[in-house]
Amino acid sequence: MRLTILDNGHGIRAKAIFVLIRVISGHPVVDAVKLALYRPDFYRAGGLTQEAMRGPSEWSVADRELMAAYVSKVNETEFCIAAHTATSALAYNDGAKVSATLADLETAPLSEPLRATLRMLGTLTRDNRVDAADMRRVLAAGVSEAQIKDALAVSFAFNVTDRLADVFDFAVDNPAAINAGAKYLLARGYR
Amino acid sequence: MSDITSLHSSLVTRVLEGEGRASPEIRRAAFDNEGLTEPIGAFVDKVAHRARMVTDADIDTLRKAGLSEDQVYEIVVCAAIGQATRQYENALAVLSATTGRD
Repeated sequence: MRLTILDNGHGIRAKAIFVLIRVISGHPVVDAVKLALYRPDFYRAGGLTQEAMRGPSEWSVADRELMAAYVSKVNETEFCIAAHTATSALAYNDGAKVSATLADLETAPLSEPLRATLRMLGTLTRDNRVDAADMRRVLAAGVSEAQIKDALAVSFAFNVTDRLADVFDFAVDNPAAINAGAKYLLARGYR
Repeated sequence: MSDITSLHSSLVTRVLEGEGRASPEIRRAAFDNEGLTEPIGAFVDKVAHRARMVTDADIDTLRKAGLSEDQVYEIVVCAAIGQATRQYENALAVLSATTGRD
């Protein structure tokens, strides 16, 4: 972490939670949790991320975790790529599908609606904008307006989180801790 | 459908107008990526457009300019939410224009 306040500037309650996490999980507290529990009255995005990732949607949880991994891949945010690749792979029970998507979206074994949606999210993330032709291609692939809005909510959440992870320099955890985190995110979500 | 509309609105209001160590004017300018003096302006633009390229030296530059860690933290959060909001609102507007519906 580049800011010492995010490592050890927390209040007593958060520090107590960190002790519990270390004891119960057997892993260090991940930097995303340290950020989430720092001054929660200021930046408190857990509810928004929970709604985007676990709220009602025609997309599965696995699909939305793949969107999070894909947006993070475009942003080149190592912490979020690792976390959401693992979570998506666990949710699909198919790590090869997630790896193939991040390696080459065009040849990955995905449904065309999901591929078209990821392509649009990639353009939005890379260029900060999309145009009507981009959007028409997604609709033509059979994606509903509601699905597009849901995907844009995921993209919003991770375009914020990726920037924070990069600027604050989140440490990429070891594979065992990443997998434990993936299981937690599927069982408990983002709150 | 999931709905982040009100959660997004309250998040933006909280980081721009809630209690903070950086002034509301600086937080708003960081959110907008506009109208900031140096070295904060160049830093905020990097957060918005090349966040992975931010280095320890960038943070040190802000410290040397007199900013506290909490002020840097708030500026980064506002800059990140601002850029992601511009993306999100652009895409929603294009979707609405394409389908002819709100």
